Amino acid sequence: MNHVYADNAATTALSDTAFNAMLPYLKEQFGNPSSLYMAGQKAQEALYQARETVARCLHADPKEITFTSGGSEADNQAILTGAFLGAQKGKKHLISSAFEHHAVLHTLKKLEKQGFEVTLLPVHEDGFVRVDELREAIREDTALVTVMFANNEIGTIQPIAEIGAVCREKGVLFHTDAVQAAGHVPIDVQAMGIDLLSLSAHKFHGPKGVGALYAKKGVRLFTLIEGGAQERGKRAGTENVPGIVGMAAALEEACAGMEKNNLSIKGLRDRIAAQLTKIPHSKINGVPERGLAGTLNMCFEGVEGESLLLLLDDRGISASSGSACTSGSLDPSHVLLALGLPHEVAHGSLRLSLSAYNTEEDARRIIEHVPQVVAYLREMSPVWKDLEEGKRKHVI
Amino acid sequence: MLYSEKVMDHFRNPRNLGTIDNADAIGEVGNAKCGDIMKMYLKIENGIITDVKFNTFGCGSAIATSSMATEMIKGKPIEEALQLSNRAVVEALDGLPAHKIHCSVLAEEAVKAALIDYYAHHPELEKPAALPEAIHCEDCAHCG
Repeated sequence: MNHVYADNAATTALSDTAFNAMLPYLKEQFGNPSSLYMAGQKAQEALYQARETVARCLHADPKEITFTSGGSEADNQAILTGAFLGAQKGKKHLISSAFEHHAVLHTLKKLEKQGFEVTLLPVHEDGFVRVDELREAIREDTALVTVMFANNEIGTIQPIAEIGAVCREKGVLFHTDAVQAAGHVPIDVQAMGIDLLSLSAHKFHGPKGVGALYAKKGVRLFTLIEGGAQERGKRAGTENVPGIVGMAAALEEACAGMEKNNLSIKGLRDRIAAQLTKIPHSKINGVPERGLAGTLNMCFEGVEGESLLLLLDDRGISASSGSACTSGSLDPSHVLLALGLPHEVAHGSLRLSLSAYNTEEDARRIIEHVPQVVAYLREMSPVWKDLEEGKRKHVI
Repeated sequence: MLYSEKVMDHFRNPRNLGTIDNADAIGEVGNAKCGDIMKMYLKIENGIITDVKFNTFGCGSAIATSSMATEMIKGKPIEEALQLSNRAVVEALDGLPAHKIHCSVLAEEAVKAALIDYYAHHPELEKPAALPEAIHCEDCAHCG
């Protein structure tokens, strides 16, 4: 029996195309792109091609692409860039949203300690930033707006083009963490008014440990890693040539197949959603029709997410949860709390994230097993018993 | 692997799972807000815990520690059950990850809460010296 992998928002399987593109650079073509001899120049050429490909997929210029170790590094670099450029002009106010990835939130926290002021926009019950609230939040001293393209837990796709337009109108730099979006939804940095954008290869069937930062021409990047002239001095360290080549191949493939893939992924997701919402006292978090095609985030009252995941794993299904126990902290997911869900409900969340590699059979097995596991856990849950007996009020 | 084989075994095949209809004592600890609640049901005859069942809302280690704690007190005199420490539960499970230790504390407290309940219903019995006055969820560092 094959394993059902339904955690593609965490990471994805490497595509054959990406794997095959990488192979030569792991073995024969091992040259350092900074070397002048032939082997080095071949690696240099591979980087050049990869940069062109990534740029094309984003409607950017190759000179605007900096390769990084992944999404988190790109987020850190983008935000520090915005903060640094702003501070030079005496602007020390940063705007973001309450449900960003920690790569963004923790960087903002660090800047707060250094004297920056941070405004986090609410994302409301539906999981969307409101453009009018952003407009109101922008001040004379706002240095940067950073709002994610699509949320990693609930999949909601933010009004990026509208946000970009407001930022452009107000003359504020705009960064978007597009780690979940790149390769999954169309991105046009020019049309959407994006100044800085982060992406990560392993979220679209590329390899781990590699990402990219788009920075619009004229936006001078703050350097996180010093020590060499690689990436035009903006990111020192010998380039991860196989990784970068794999990322470009994967992104090209994902963008070419986007429409077709999304149609089939959405079909599976919607079928699963239609069945799982039949579980009493369950709820979908976010708005699937306005979200990533493969993401389905649900809460089941009276059960705890980690138990749910472990039992699904026993039945050959990999998924994720926003419960405290899976986060390694004591609080449930900040994303679910930002939607206004009470702690006890947020603990019982399940995130299924599908990719083009999922099958009808996978959907069938998810539909079969999730209700059984929820019922089993409810049977042993004193919380569920209290809900059933009316000693505790149902929230969902 | 996050959990030991023993934890996974008790999580997958919880011992003494369920409720007791005419329980002599019931103890409930934890808080749904924190993500775990344990409820323990005891049958007590002549100072001996003759039967024990539990219900738990919580993560894998919450279920496993509940299960292990019930095994460790079943058939034991009350005095001995009061000696059950969270450390003993952790050891019996071949360890728990650091951020899951609070689950074992909850298991210890569930036993004590049930025994407090027992003596509350039996004022005629002399309370053992080891019996705590009460279990306060707020005392736990878990929720802060």
